[in-house]
Amino acid sequence: MTTYTVPEILNEARTHYCAGCGHGILHRLVAEVIDEMGLREEAIGVAPVGCAVIAYEYLNFDMSEAAHGRAPAVATGIKRSLPDKLVFTYQGDGDLLAIGCTELIHAANRGENITIFFANNNVYGMTGGQMAPTTLEGQKTLTTPSGRNIKDTGHPIDAMKLLENFQSVVFLARGILTSPKEIAKTKSYIRKAFEIQQQGIGFSMVEVLSQCPTYWRMTPVNALKHIEQTVTKQFPTGIFKDI
Amino acid sequence: MTEKILLCGNEAIAEAAIQSGCRYYYGYPITPQNEISAYMSYRMPQVGGTFIQAESELAAINMVYGTATTGKRVLTSSSGPGISLKQEGISYLAGSELPAVIVNVMRAGPGLGNITPSQADYFQATRGGGHGDYRTIVLAPASVQESADLTKRAFVLADKYRIPVMLLLDGMQGQMREPVLIEPLKETEQFDKSWCLTGCKGRKPNIARSLYLEDKALPDLNERLLKRYAEIEKREIDVDQYKTGDADIVIVAYGTPARMCRSMVDLFRKKGVKVGLFRPITLWPFPYDLLEKTSKHTQEYLVVEWSAGQLIEDVRLALGKSKPIHFHGVLGGRLMKINEVESKLDSIIANMGAHI
Repeated sequence: MTTYTVPEILNEARTHYCAGCGHGILHRLVAEVIDEMGLREEAIGVAPVGCAVIAYEYLNFDMSEAAHGRAPAVATGIKRSLPDKLVFTYQGDGDLLAIGCTELIHAANRGENITIFFANNNVYGMTGGQMAPTTLEGQKTLTTPSGRNIKDTGHPIDAMKLLENFQSVVFLARGILTSPKEIAKTKSYIRKAFEIQQQGIGFSMVEVLSQCPTYWRMTPVNALKHIEQTVTKQFPTGIFKDI
Repeated sequence: MTEKILLCGNEAIAEAAIQSGCRYYYGYPITPQNEISAYMSYRMPQVGGTFIQAESELAAINMVYGTATTGKRVLTSSSGPGISLKQEGISYLAGSELPAVIVNVMRAGPGLGNITPSQADYFQATRGGGHGDYRTIVLAPASVQESADLTKRAFVLADKYRIPVMLLLDGMQGQMREPVLIEPLKETEQFDKSWCLTGCKGRKPNIARSLYLEDKALPDLNERLLKRYAEIEKREIDVDQYKTGDADIVIVAYGTPARMCRSMVDLFRKKGVKVGLFRPITLWPFPYDLLEKTSKHTQEYLVVEWSAGQLIEDVRLALGKSKPIHFHGVLGGRLMKINEVESKLDSIIANMGAHI
């Protein structure tokens, strides 16, 4: 029988995330991997602007905020200064693929030896549920009340496809959090990405399709089904690049 | 470096940064400051430092933020339009109490303007530029040597007060070449670095942040900053006063216009007119009290700047309506000729009449 305990690396803070949100699981996975690798005292994380803006309330190691979208640039500045530390950003879809797309692409192209965790829930959560770059076609949001119309707003951006052709990108994977089996798989991606960074090989990113029951207007259980049945059609899971 | 070498202002700033122990430079091309990044691109590797040509000024200032969280000395540079882009990051640096040095080699604006030397970013530099209640220390050199010296001072002030410091110079200062001696910075102070992100070994985690959601936490931050700003205003004001002690007319100017005006002081003194030059070296904190002191004997003031009139507002704040304050400026895109200043002084003197 497995006994689940709070990793040393997680603070016992009361969560501000909504019921059924994926961030809590993803925070825990990142924390567990860092704990298992014995790297808590070597880790420096960069929090985004968005729902995870106060990730440092939960993660018990050194962290920095970043202006909206600029986390890969902030992480670049940290990693260049402290190349031996484990440096990662934790960003949402608006932060990474809208306002921060430039910083993402150029950090990736420079092959910065950092890791990005990308929580993709197809919506802006913090600001009340607006359309994100990854909002699905037809998905209703605060700013697409009739459903996302790709003719006016473009197609959902696929971060794996966006980055896989960059030669300096060494590891790309996308996971989900819908079942213990999928969570274990996602955790293995996180570990792989950190191992790659530890070996100094280069830029790694793990995207996680995260559920947002609140702004999807779904129960938590239906939100998980929605990921398995619908979101993964647009954003398939698996390892996209592993050099 | 132990002997004088011939450098332009931009190169002198870059070398002075190296001699101050700065090992991180992040920049994006824009004229008239490109010599800084060109210099850093070969000089940083020589000293084991890091040079990145960033994808934008936004990225550059946020790389600065990242390195600043680790407590290392870090530099970025730009000019008007690029500094506008950096303002977001400068506000975050101020809010997160991070030390960094930012160089603005001013060109003419607004908008894309052009690359003519200018001083039209005075408001942006001294009034914050970005969002929120914050200050940056602003240093204004008037020679290549002073550009180097103030760069060293900028790094010390940034560390001492955990504040972004801006070097503000017109394009002429950045481009002109003069002999300059740049010796290594002599460190006389130890700075507290216990707040840095270095990995939390043996201590509680450190957080670099400007978001304060808890009750009273944000007012507390602002109060802490205000106290620090008051301390800076008390200790760090610097001004170069040239023959102001007995002056009937005081010219107020900084940067290249101040150098032009210095020669006017000598010219008019030879004619028997007591002219002096008041050159602020710190634009923030501005030397209000020292300027006001001159009004005990000075009758008229002339503000000379390469803008439509920005420095003049601080001169008015210092003097109120007690004395006439004249203005001579140039609009963005035009250079000022020295005989314009002479003519302006002539007309002031003619109108002063018998009391000279």
